[in-house]
Amino acid sequence: MRAYIIRRLLLVIPLLLLISAMVFFLVRVLPGDIIDVKLTQAGWAGLDRAMVEKALGMDVSIFLQYGRWMGIAPGADGSFSGVLQGDLGVSWWKMVPVIKMVADAWPITLQLGIMGLIISQLIALPIGIYSAIRQDTWGDYIGRSFAILCISIPAFWLGTMVIVFPSIWWGHMPPIMLIPFTEDPIGNLQMFILPASVLGMALTGSTMRMTRTMMLEVLRQDYIRTAWAKGLKERVVIISHALKNALIPVVTLIGIHLPIMIGGTVIIEQIFMLPGMGRLIISATANRDYPIITGVIVVFAVVLVLINLIVDLTYAYLDPRVHYK
Amino acid sequence: MADSSSGRVAETKRHSRLVDFLIRLVREKPLGTVGGIITLLLLLTGIFADFLAPYAVNDCHMESLLAPPSARFLLGTDTVGRDILSRVIFGARVSVIVGLTATTLATIVSLIIGIVCGYIGGKLDLIVQRFVDAVMSFPSLVFLIVVIAIIGPGIWQVIVVLGLRTGIIGSRIIRGAVISLKENEYMVAAEAIGCPTWRILVRHILPNVMAPTIILFSIRVPNVILTEAALSFLGFGIPPPTPSWGGMLSGMARIHMLRAPWMVIWPGLALGSVVYGINMFGDAVRDLLDPKLRGGAGRYGMRAKKE
Repeated sequence: MRAYIIRRLLLVIPLLLLISAMVFFLVRVLPGDIIDVKLTQAGWAGLDRAMVEKALGMDVSIFLQYGRWMGIAPGADGSFSGVLQGDLGVSWWKMVPVIKMVADAWPITLQLGIMGLIISQLIALPIGIYSAIRQDTWGDYIGRSFAILCISIPAFWLGTMVIVFPSIWWGHMPPIMLIPFTEDPIGNLQMFILPASVLGMALTGSTMRMTRTMMLEVLRQDYIRTAWAKGLKERVVIISHALKNALIPVVTLIGIHLPIMIGGTVIIEQIFMLPGMGRLIISATANRDYPIITGVIVVFAVVLVLINLIVDLTYAYLDPRVHYK
Repeated sequence: MADSSSGRVAETKRHSRLVDFLIRLVREKPLGTVGGIITLLLLLTGIFADFLAPYAVNDCHMESLLAPPSARFLLGTDTVGRDILSRVIFGARVSVIVGLTATTLATIVSLIIGIVCGYIGGKLDLIVQRFVDAVMSFPSLVFLIVVIAIIGPGIWQVIVVLGLRTGIIGSRIIRGAVISLKENEYMVAAEAIGCPTWRILVRHILPNVMAPTIILFSIRVPNVILTEAALSFLGFGIPPPTPSWGGMLSGMARIHMLRAPWMVIWPGLALGSVVYGINMFGDAVRDLLDPKLRGGAGRYGMRAKKE
């Protein structure tokens, strides 16, 4: 088990290198030349093309650019500063360090994601388990319909509706400005609870369904019959015997859904006008601001790699039958 | 003569099994039946959109811009006077095409990667899974946005990118199922009697991963439809003049949504009910086809005693 964890941690390093290379070269293939756009901009007009390229560091080969960006090749001034040194470059439009923009945007996306995850699991697990142990009762039907409703309603539509209707009926508008948690914790949570619920909705539905299906399969296994035969209480059979095995695929499902959910923040931030990572990357894609795009994706990727690692380790904890050689 | 009669017997038999299945669906799964009807309606709407829509899809009625729902325009018009109902009907066609083709592509990709990696394991699995990891490490929408920004928006681009990504990620579930199958005694037995690898893959593993594959397929079709709508909503999906349920909620619709809420209500409602219908139908079919999930309650077939 320990060997497995160490090997898994070591594998993260080549994975992150693979990701950084994929992101860098993927983004540089974006059509539309930033230099042409830059030259039409006020303050830059009339400048020499070669000079602009030099100023943006695009006068060298793409591999050297990657090396400089990673911090494994010396920059124009001979110093090493790149991802490995914790420097994600400077935005080509706002001339602000990318790491600073990410530091401003990340907490918002993170809070949205964590709140979405917590809300969805709090709703999904109890209903999913109940649906399974009372299969084909009215409670089961209602639970399942609710789950499928959660999956079916598009988040961007529900998000739009919860803005449109309150404002038409009661003249209520969601706050435009962000309320920082440090200044007004309650106001901040109130502001996030609606977007977070809309964000977590799809995960709520899927978790509920997966929990139910897996509980049903596990409940028909022999060791559960043995547990019943021993005269154990229903609570014990369900929680300590069935649930642990039933949750294995659910954990995978959550692991698979987290990237979808974090991707979903792009839409939620756009609708609720939260200045998070999603809005950052959308505006950057439109402006061809390469350092921001690569920076944002790398940060997202690092976080998701860590999440996947945690999911895999949870797997090992949950199912002693899975062998790790 | 004998040939034709035996052919007819086989045909009636197959026919009656389908009818049998439909009768069970209607009797046992009322919600599944509703879902099936919605799915059928979506398919028919997609196919016959040209006959159903009251106006051509890009007809601009300049005399009635942003008109509220009326007898002439049942669901109202948008900022350039296009009939919302017609655009919602044509939007069904886009959803059907994207949903079916992208999911089929995804299923094939998942099965190939999942079975090969899960069964062969070892170094191949290790390397391939790192690439799967890398793809999984990009948040879905962010990845799709960046890739589509590179290759340009369009229906085929959306289908291929969406299908490949969904397929690569879904391979994890198939791989997991294959790995747990390998622990079974009959696998060891099959290997012990010298079964060739391809035979084990096709005869022992493939049938056993059909359940998760069918579940994945039925979950994916609505998911793919939703993702396409989300992409179009953000402006990275189907380009504007083509009506997509997601795209109809973006752009001018968002600016005028407080004054003309009918512009944003109907496309989303159509999308929501279609996804709901397909999910319900998929659920019911799954329950009817999989004997393992049929009947019985918590206490091994017996109801829990109420004290």
